Amino acid sequence: MALHTHVFKNVVTSVTQMHGMPQARYAFVPQPVMGKTAEQLRAYVDGKDPLSGRPVMQEVIEGLTRPAEGDRVGEIEFQRSTPRLADADTEDNLHRLFLENNWTDKLPIVLPTEERVAEMLAHTSHKPEEVAGHLRSNQFRQPWKFTVEKVAVNAVMAGARPEYFPVILALASSGVSARGSTTSSMAAMVVVNGPIRQEIGMNAGTGAMAPYNHANATIGRAYGLLSQNLQGGSLPGDSYMGSQGNNYAYNSMTFAENEEASPWEPFHVQHGFKATDSAVSIFTGCRSTAFTLGVREKYWREHVRNMLRGMDAHSAPTFVLDPIAARQFIDRGRFDTKEKLIQWVYENALMPAGEYWDYQLIQNYVYPRATFGEEPYASKLRAAPDELIPMFKRDEIHAVVVGGETNGYWRIIGCNYQKTVSVDAWR
Amino acid sequence: MPNEAYGSQKIPALNPVGFPPKITPKPMAPRLDSLDGKTLYLVDPRFDDSGLFLRQVQGWFADHMPSVTTKLVEMSSVYTKDDPKTWEMIKANGDGAIIGVGH
Repeated sequence: MALHTHVFKNVVTSVTQMHGMPQARYAFVPQPVMGKTAEQLRAYVDGKDPLSGRPVMQEVIEGLTRPAEGDRVGEIEFQRSTPRLADADTEDNLHRLFLENNWTDKLPIVLPTEERVAEMLAHTSHKPEEVAGHLRSNQFRQPWKFTVEKVAVNAVMAGARPEYFPVILALASSGVSARGSTTSSMAAMVVVNGPIRQEIGMNAGTGAMAPYNHANATIGRAYGLLSQNLQGGSLPGDSYMGSQGNNYAYNSMTFAENEEASPWEPFHVQHGFKATDSAVSIFTGCRSTAFTLGVREKYWREHVRNMLRGMDAHSAPTFVLDPIAARQFIDRGRFDTKEKLIQWVYENALMPAGEYWDYQLIQNYVYPRATFGEEPYASKLRAAPDELIPMFKRDEIHAVVVGGETNGYWRIIGCNYQKTVSVDAWR
Repeated sequence: MPNEAYGSQKIPALNPVGFPPKITPKPMAPRLDSLDGKTLYLVDPRFDDSGLFLRQVQGWFADHMPSVTTKLVEMSSVYTKDDPKTWEMIKANGDGAIIGVGH
């Protein structure tokens, strides 16, 4: 028997069905539970299920005792195949169909005709019917499978040019969804490295993170569209629960690293690739952003510490630096490698232990691991409440260089690095 | 990309949706005849103050069904990790379980 908050009704229904348990017993209490007093929570327990209108505890007791004979175990029917084609229709009607089926990001798309999809497929050596990967909106759902052709369909819809297709396939194959269902309103960030950047005309300079480059814009958009469609949907209240949503999700913050102007090793080289390889790196989260101009001589340490303290302690910082700012960090802190900058950040992103452990996300995701002895969290848990402890793990802190040197602005994005995937493998 | 120029002509378009996973039906555990004298585990997934909520469920049983023994247990780690040890312990020592509050 399970108790859930009422806003998750559709999620609970679909997840239990997908796991072969449509007969699972559950009841609902009002959202939120978080932050309520004992008296308020007792009122939930004593009260009624906001969806059924029946007493919560009556449903609980019935859930535990009502015989299962009437349940339809073994009678589950589920559409096992997805048709290759949508029904032929006029252009206007197809646009309407795609919009109404929630297959778009609500912006106009390019219709994926046979001709356009074939043109996309011509830019990879992989066969259309080859399985390209699996995706799901969270780890509690079963992953959906998709082929190279299905990725091409979504790439066309996003308006991507065929030469971008290996990057889009690499993203699709990653297993990392850009449409996570989390209530925290995640988005992805995509960083492209290596020769592919110039080959397809990506922007790593002025305006690289803004809507001024076709490859940056449509590769990122394709990643979002393929994520939602190839994982079986991303629908608010059903398979997407981001309470506020996240504008970064429109194109997954997709840009190329400015390797030429960076004073440091390219990001993909830090992660096991050669400089001559082409690769794409994926970060998720991307909820918090801090920014400033320059790295000031007198108080730069304090300024950076202030920015870091403004981040939620559960979202590690990735420094996204204009080349001017990257070089200033070298001047100020002698950080002639990214690793030295990261080490400094690790040592200076500190917080009193009492404050750290009181963060809700730390309570949800870190505290349980600490109490069962997982390091470094267990050691942090032994700290006195006023003792300063690291906010982040060192290997969760990253830096990338992007920008056109029109000024030394830079940002910290709160996000979690997931993986770096070969683009060359999908050529 | 070719321009959109199909007008009222009916054209086929490819479906962008992936292929769903196979569903394997799972039977439920047998239901209890009654809760009298039974032991129920209240399983805290340690998410968004769920433990505080389950303590109120525990209080409800104490007030209304005192013959039921309730044991509040926390999952062994974060809710995102399966916890077979806890499930086995409940199977061995309990008659039923309530998990909550979940998202």
